[in-house]
Amino acid sequence: MKKLIGDVDDVVLDTLRGMAAAHPSLRVDLDQRIIVRADAPRTGKVGLVSGGGSGHEPLHGGFVGYGMLDAACPGEVFTSPVPDQILAATTAASGGAGVVHIVKNYTGDVLNFQLAAELAEDEDIEVVPVVIDDDVAVQDSTFTAGRRGTGATLFAEKAAGALAEAGGSLQDVAAVAREVNERTRSFGVALTACTVPAAGRPTFELGADEMELGIGIHGEPGRERTRLRPAPEIVDVALSAIDEDMSLSGSEVLVLVNGMGGTPLMELYVAYAAVAEWLGGHGVTVARSLVGNYVTSLEMAGAMISVLRLTPQLTELWDAPVETPGLRWGR
Amino acid sequence: MDTRRWIERFAELVAADADRLTRLDAAIGDGDHGANLNRGLRAAVEALGPDLPPGKVLMTAGRALVSKTGGASGPLYGGALRRAGKALGDAADADATALAAALRAALDAVQQLGKAVEGDKTMVDALTPAVAAYEAAAGDGPAAAARAALDAAEKGAEATVPLQARKGRASYLGPRSVGHLDPGAASTVLLFRALADAAGEG
Repeated sequence: MKKLIGDVDDVVLDTLRGMAAAHPSLRVDLDQRIIVRADAPRTGKVGLVSGGGSGHEPLHGGFVGYGMLDAACPGEVFTSPVPDQILAATTAASGGAGVVHIVKNYTGDVLNFQLAAELAEDEDIEVVPVVIDDDVAVQDSTFTAGRRGTGATLFAEKAAGALAEAGGSLQDVAAVAREVNERTRSFGVALTACTVPAAGRPTFELGADEMELGIGIHGEPGRERTRLRPAPEIVDVALSAIDEDMSLSGSEVLVLVNGMGGTPLMELYVAYAAVAEWLGGHGVTVARSLVGNYVTSLEMAGAMISVLRLTPQLTELWDAPVETPGLRWGR
Repeated sequence: MDTRRWIERFAELVAADADRLTRLDAAIGDGDHGANLNRGLRAAVEALGPDLPPGKVLMTAGRALVSKTGGASGPLYGGALRRAGKALGDAADADATALAAALRAALDAVQQLGKAVEGDKTMVDALTPAVAAYEAAAGDGPAAAARAALDAAEKGAEATVPLQARKGRASYLGPRSVGHLDPGAASTVLLFRALADAAGEG
């Protein structure tokens, strides 16, 4: 294992120390392991909290700030945060108008957020959870833990954050996050595995000429292993899977070509060119786009494509000002 | 039954086997089961104050697991031990009959939280037969009951190998999850090995 780290047991703590030093606009509580907007809680504003395992940066801590999250709680690498920590984030975000939890659909995250929501209710904080499950690679939901939460998490945090900033009610903020989730589909591919620092070895082995189709964001293998193909063919597999699940023709969309952490931006643009061409050829209008590393899986090479079918309101919420370490525009 | 010794022994066994658990998890999950459970159980052992009754020991350990482990295993193992501790109540001693009821409560907690049934390739596949075996052998005393439970847990865990996962992260792999031992079932075997060791010592 070759990593730019200090003590392997302190990797999450050291990440938080770095974020605190680099972003004075955030309050980072190293004991409770939460990242909070400097001006939180804002009285009367709906609070927005998300969290999950570490290793997906900038998700979630990098999306704390004006127009997005009020607080984030990072767990150990690829491990959900614990209930006490989620409660601390919820309390820090609570301005009296209730708090929305954005939860990615993984067994551990769902369980720990559920326990934290019960603890928050005991403290008279109303919590509405929204579970994100946009990944089309997991097909048969009856026989699985259900679809995974991936790229739609970023879209939901942005839209819900913008609506909360504009004074939206608890129910409306939760509803828009749910709407984003329902209108988004994602599909990812891995060209390499990644190494969880505490484990010290890659989560799986992949030959030089192989790739994994239909991955999640925790370094797990995908649904299928195939030979490596050129970017346009990979893009076709991903967008076809998305289109089969949610017909895209005639829609205006927001597209994210998301790097998994180990693929250069250059290659993400190579992929984006193929994405733009594929969508144009299938009668889909790309109204907004984002290319870069936003929902990562440590140093895994590969990419995930997320497509959100926009509405006028969702476009407006996407365009609304945002000021976080990971996303910043309009302000 | 010395429940403190049970938890301490569980922590020792998981620490010794953490690498294997993590390797099993890397094959069909995300490769952190051993590290997480080890961290949680260290915290659980530290949280145990002196002179606690058996039920209180399990509740304290369970609460520590929930607050320190993260992932799915924290709420599942923590919730199980808390519910088992609640079933034992404030009694100064826990005999085999009381522990049988506590183990049944633990299984109920895991199934309520995780919604898994037998055959889903989860810890429930080891826990369910182990609890049934303990109940059936409770009349023979805690040591014999714990040994029977361990045997059943081992068989149950082994039987997860050919299964396709329907719960947890392994389920994302679909048919590719076949042929691997479920890491949660493997750590459940350690829970019952610890119980058998602790009961044998007493």
